[in-house]
This record gives sequence, C-alpha cells and structure tokens, in this order.
Amino acid sequence: MIVTVTIDGKYLEVPSSYTILQAARENGIHIPTLCDDPRLEPYGGCRLCLVQIKGMPKAVTACTTPVSEGMEVVTTSPEIEGIRRTIVELLLSDHPNDCMVCEKAGDCTLQELAYFYNLRDNRFWGARRQYTSRDGNPFIERDMEKCVLCGKCVRVCNEVQGVGAIEIGYRGFDAKVCPPFEKDLDCEFCGQCVSVCPTGALIGKQSLGKGRQKNIRQVNTVCPYCGCGCNITLHVSRNEIIRVTSPEDSLNEGWLCVKGRFGFRFVNSSERLTKPLIKRNGTFEETTWEAALDYAAGRLREIKRAHGPDAIGGLSSARCTNEENYLFQKFLRAAVGTNNVDHCARY
Amino acid sequence: MAGLATVFGSGAMTNSIREIEDNDLLFVIGSNTKENHPIVALRMIKAVRRGAKMIVADPRKVPLVRFAHLWLRQKPGTDVALLNSMMHVILKEDLIDRDFIVNMTEGFETEFMKNLEEYTPEVGEKITGVPKEKIIEAARLYGAADRPGIYYTMGITQHSHGSDNVFSIANLALMTGNLGKESSGVNPLRGQNNVQGSTDMGCIPDSFPGYQKVHLPLVREKFESLWKVKLPEKPGLTAPEMIFEAEAGKLKGMYIMGENPVLSDPDLTHTIKVLKGLDLLIVQDIFMTETAELADIVFPAATFAEKDGTFTNTERRVQRVRKAMDSPGEARDDAWIIMELSRRLGYEMKYAHPSEIFREIGQAWPAMAGITYSRLEGGGLQWPCPTLDHPGTEYLFKGGFPRGKGRFTVVKYRPSAEVPDEEYPFILTTGRQLFHYHTGTMTRKIDPLNRVSPGPYVEINPDDALSLDVKDGEEVRVASRRGEIVLPARITERPEKGVVFIPFHFREAAANLLTSSIALDPLCKIPELKVSAVRVTRAGNGNG
Repeated sequence: MIVTVTIDGKYLEVPSSYTILQAARENGIHIPTLCDDPRLEPYGGCRLCLVQIKGMPKAVTACTTPVSEGMEVVTTSPEIEGIRRTIVELLLSDHPNDCMVCEKAGDCTLQELAYFYNLRDNRFWGARRQYTSRDGNPFIERDMEKCVLCGKCVRVCNEVQGVGAIEIGYRGFDAKVCPPFEKDLDCEFCGQCVSVCPTGALIGKQSLGKGRQKNIRQVNTVCPYCGCGCNITLHVSRNEIIRVTSPEDSLNEGWLCVKGRFGFRFVNSSERLTKPLIKRNGTFEETTWEAALDYAAGRLREIKRAHGPDAIGGLSSARCTNEENYLFQKFLRAAVGTNNVDHCARY
Repeated sequence: MAGLATVFGSGAMTNSIREIEDNDLLFVIGSNTKENHPIVALRMIKAVRRGAKMIVADPRKVPLVRFAHLWLRQKPGTDVALLNSMMHVILKEDLIDRDFIVNMTEGFETEFMKNLEEYTPEVGEKITGVPKEKIIEAARLYGAADRPGIYYTMGITQHSHGSDNVFSIANLALMTGNLGKESSGVNPLRGQNNVQGSTDMGCIPDSFPGYQKVHLPLVREKFESLWKVKLPEKPGLTAPEMIFEAEAGKLKGMYIMGENPVLSDPDLTHTIKVLKGLDLLIVQDIFMTETAELADIVFPAATFAEKDGTFTNTERRVQRVRKAMDSPGEARDDAWIIMELSRRLGYEMKYAHPSEIFREIGQAWPAMAGITYSRLEGGGLQWPCPTLDHPGTEYLFKGGFPRGKGRFTVVKYRPSAEVPDEEYPFILTTGRQLFHYHTGTMTRKIDPLNRVSPGPYVEINPDDALSLDVKDGEEVRVASRRGEIVLPARITERPEKGVVFIPFHFREAAANLLTSSIALDPLCKIPELKVSAVRVTRAGNGNG
C-alpha cells in the first residue's frame, strides 16, 4: 500500500512498510545517523535521527518509526539540531580525539558529525572508558575506546553473517562489545564488522599505517577467489593494495568473506615470479622474454613436426580472464592445431 | 556441467544469486556453502530469516547445518539413493507437476517411474544411513514448495558417478516443475572466479567457445572463417586423459597456464611422475607452484589486479576486471604471452586491448554478442545476452529448454569405486576450508590467514578417535592404496563415524597423495575426489 507523507514540506508517496528514514533517504533528504544501515534491521540506538512529527509531543527516531498516511515530518529545526549536537558532544566527551593519527580520519562518521556541528570544545567532562587492548585477532585491530556502541558490528555478525561472535556486554558506562562472557572470539573473520563500523574502533590490520584517504586510487574490479563474483574495490597506494572494500549496490551487497576482504597480500608478495626461467641441468636460470619465447616456440614446433599436433596439450585456467581463456584455446586450436585443451575445474 | 547440458541443453546455474532470497525452500546438497561460497550462503541465511525452509544434505556437519530445518547426513557417495527415494515419495504422494511433465519434458512415463519403485524410503535409509522419516519429510518439503532452489557443488560432482548425481538432481526438479521460473531451479555453484568463463570460452576439448561442438562441420567452418585457418575435427583429450596419454608416451608437450595440477589433481605421486616424463612442460603462473617446479620453461604472469578483462561468475554474470597496478619485474599478462608465442608458431594473433578480444568472442558466440565493455561499465550482464538492447538473462529456461524438452534420466545407485574394507576401513572425503583457497598458492602467502589456519589436519569423529586412541592435535598416519601422509588429528563431530575429512590446500600433507586418479565419471571424466578408502593409525610411538 502506498501512503502520502510530507517530509520538510515535500510531498512523498512511499510504501506503507517504510520507515521515515527510508522514505527520506530514497528522496534525497539527509537525516544523520550512526547506527542505521539499510541492510540491517532498524535499531534506534544512536538517537541522532530524531525528527518531529506534527501532532506528537516528543521527537521520535526516524529509523524505527513507520510512515503513515498524512504524516507531516520535520527533520531539521533549531531544537532538533540542538539535541543532535548534544548527542555528538556526549559521544566525543568519551572519545580519544586523536583524529590526527586515526586510520579512519576522512572516512569517519563521528568526525564528520563533529565537523558539521563545529564541536571544538566540549561542555561535558568526566570519567573516560579505558581498555587495555587484547590482541588475539590477526585481521582486525580493535580500539574499544573509539567505539560509540552503535551495535552495527554486533548486528551484522548476527543478522547477516549468522555467526553472533560478539555481543554488547555489561550496562551503562561499562557497556562494551565483546564475545559472549568475554570468552575467546569464535569468528569467521569476514570483516563485515569492519566495513560497517562508523568510527576507527575496527580497522583491518593489514591496512595500518599504509595510508588513509589521500593519494589512494580506488579501482572497481571482481574478487579473484570463488565463483560468487563479488564486486570489490581495490585501494591502491604506491603500487600496493592497502585495503579492499565493496560497493553496497552490488550482487554481494557490499559483503565479503575473509579471503575477499583480507586475502590480497599475495599480489605484492616478494615470492612473485618476475623473470622468465629456463631449466638447464635441473636448475632454473633467469632469461629474457625473447629467449624464453623463442625456446618455447622452437620446442613446440619440434614436437609438432615429429609427433603431430595431438602430441601437445594445454591446460587453461579458471583463474584467468575470459579474454585470456579465449586466446588460450584459440592458440591450441589455430596455432598448434589440436583440440587438446581443458581446465581442471570444468565439471 | 556435462550432466546438466545433457538433460537441458545448457549447463549453468539456472537462477541468480539475487533470487536466492525469494526461495521458499532451499535444498543444499554436497555443498559447504558457508565456507566455500560465503556470499551465496549469506543470501541463503537471508532467505531463512525471511521464512524459507532449508534442507542441507551433507555427510559432514558443515556450518550451514546450523541454519537448516532438516539435515540429512547421507554416507559419502550415496546421493543417488537419497534423491531417488525422495522422488519415490514425491511420486507416491502425488507431489509431481503433471502439466510441466507433459508439456516440457520427455522420458517420464514407464522406465523412469518404474525405476523409482524400488527406492522406497526404507531402501533409501539402508543405503544412505538417513532415517526414512527424514527422507519422507525432505520429499514433502521439496514437493510442496512453490519456489524451491537446489544448490550443489563438488560434493555432488567429484564422484565416479558424478553425472548420475547431477541427473538425479535434474530429475527431481523436472518432475516437480521447478525450473524456468524465478527463484526455482538447479544451481551448481562454481568454485573458482572464472570456471564458468573458461568453460564458456571453449577451454574444453570437444567445444569451441559457446559450447559449439568441434566435430560438427558447420560449426568448424564458422570458426575456420573467423580465425582464417584450417581447424582439427577430432575432439581433444580431457585433463585426466592428457595425464594418461602422457604416461603412455603419446602426449609429449604440455602448456599449463595458471593451474597447479600437482596439488589439485588426484594421486599426486602419479601426476608428478607423468609431468616429469614429458619432453616439454611450459608453465605460466604468478608463483613457483609445485607444478612450475617441474617445468622446462616458466613464464611469469600477471595477477587479476594487474590486467583488464572480464570474469563470468557462477550466475553467468560477465563482469569487468580492471587493472589497478603494475606487475612486478618482467611479469606480463597472459594474453601478451599467448600472442607472442602464437606469432612464433606462425599464427598471428594481434589485439591492442582485451576489449578487442571480447568483441571477437561476441562474433564467435551469439549468447554474448550483446555484451560490450561499455555496457559493462554499468554493472555486470548475464548471458544469454544476444543483442545490444538485451537486458541479460536472470534465470534460464523461461518458456523452454535449449534442447527442446527436458529429459528424464533413469539413474540407478552405484556404489563408489572404492568402498571401505578391512584393510582400509575409513572413507576419506576431501575439500576446502574457509581460510585457504584451492592449492594455497595465493592464500598461504598471506600471514594472517596462516595464523588462523597454519597447517594440514584430518577431521576425525570423537568415537573413532576413541577407538584409535588418538587425542586432539596428535599426529596420525592416513594411508590409502596410493600413498600415505602424516598430519595432526582434529577431533570433531563434523564427520560421522567412519568418515575422515582432509582439506587439500596443504602441500606438506597433500590430500591428493591419497586420492585415486583411476576412478573417473564415464561422461565427464571427473575424478572421484570425494570418496577414497583409507586407514588411520597413530603416527607417534609413545609421546613423540
């Protein structure tokens, strides 16, 4: 069913199943939030998306309130912005303001909010959460002092990944994200939590110190592992992949697995082959392309002359591109003259 | 794939990943989806969250079982019996789709129906070990569903009767009319980024690009005029056949691009011996793999991040691969290497950019004629996509099968080639795990992955561990008729009693030293990697 609502004076027709936030977002009306992700269930944790509805005495959270026929919503007013500013200020009062060295700087929702509300000073002060870092995780760097308890990591782990490795433990000031009963982490290391974290609380370890937002080239491509074909974005600095992210509007909805997100260092491995090699007397010797190609072609010609083209066979690769596979079979069929071409994973 | 192509006329996933979330029933058989196709598994979990039911049939308690409403733990290699007895129930309880069978299929009456008679749930239970109540429940769930999807991988195909398994799955979908519709179909999940593509591109011995058969004169004429050369008419050798022919001394030279058959193929000792005996072995790869070590010539190649091109994923979606960085040293992309080699053999192939190759692919195969690099800028396109204004095809067989009618196949249960006996009392099954990929050429170069998964292990059921007197982490010796390896035991409920599992990523205890290269499926020649008979004993004497 379609209902008509007014948001900031704009008439909108949206499905009745929508929340105010969904309706606003689809129509280009920005409402700030730290805890919402369209791919997760509504949560109502951060309270930044408070809006006023005509006829209601109190402000409500846009992310959890469904639209209804004739609803009139105001998303911004001095009163609402005052509340939002205070919320951000309270969060910052218990946050290590070390944006200078934080990996997330430039891509941090909290930093952006602080900038937007021009929060240089803070009216609040008091105890700060202090955690000694526990480093049992080879993929993910955790800095719990930067956590704003939006719960996105907990929810993505439970709702999307179906693992439930972490939960929000304790209450009030002591609340923190941790494995159930603070036992050892039982995790698939997919890094979905890293991808949704709005602050620098969760960072991919391999990216540390490799560069933030400046002078990074982002290239959209496809994951080289299994056949899912996940869309990935390689963040490249100085001819090195420093980070992998994924666009949300892709077939994999922005989600990746441990290999897709963290398994890219092989590209820059020092063990890569960098020179053509020819084996002489049982050991490999480096050579030039010219020499290696001439030698290979010469030997192939010899075999073809002595035993016919069907004495040669080729195995192609499910790792290579379509174009390369096309050329490979064309090479065997047209240049060598045999249909002996296959690849190992065709079944 | 050959199996599906036989019954439908086309072998590929019939639906899309997106459609999974609208399944009302998921039947996952022989697929450890959560570890091997993690992102497909997320869609499955989403479907379950939205109210779908899920049946998982797997000899191991794979992670997806946690989300399943029904888990069928069949003995390895008994899938035909399981599926046939499910179909027996579906037929008996009249859960079949008569209209679909009459209009869209052939071969249902008499022989096929008669064959199912003997596969009562009781017979099914006896062969598979799955309680008959569960077989009946699974049959009713699948038979009653509106939009059921079947998902399978190598647990179905890597058997000496792999094609029979695939036929049985196709039979199940055909008799219930669950094909040619959105969110219901038969979906083999492809295990590598571009398996679909390399098969589409004709890197198979009997077909040119687009599954066009080399032995058909008209097809050959078409490619002869496109490539301007006389082409061979005799279908070539499959990969396992190449190894046999090389052993017999008939195949003298091999050119291997980006594969590591030493670790990925069965019976490693045999593979090494044969490759060593070749007159010429050329290997083109990014690392010095176990196969490259045996080569006479090694060409250093580029990774996916260093080149432009396309991959075709498991749902037939062609997507752009983009160059993000330069290759180290003198490593070059595969296309350049092939073109240079071809020129030296007197056959010139000249393309300035991969997009030019792609254009030629469109000329060779009508199903991709409508896809261009500029169209791919807006996201991937699923073949068939015959014209420039075609939106691509999300699910196959809407309105009919390429071969005309879908064909029922009479399938009888055949035991695996090697079954446990007194000397080798355990069934060994092999596969991948989450943290590594295939032969580990890439992932074992990555420190954090090695930290969470440092080395080989064999999964053993606690009951077996008790009777073998093996503790968790203790070294055991696993031996088959082909060889033996020593590796630590991981005691877990995942395999059932009598079954052990070894991931094949690890060269230091290579699972494929144990598997057999002789037991091949007669139709598609896939080796039986999922069932071998082995013996397990404690390796250490005392506390060594």
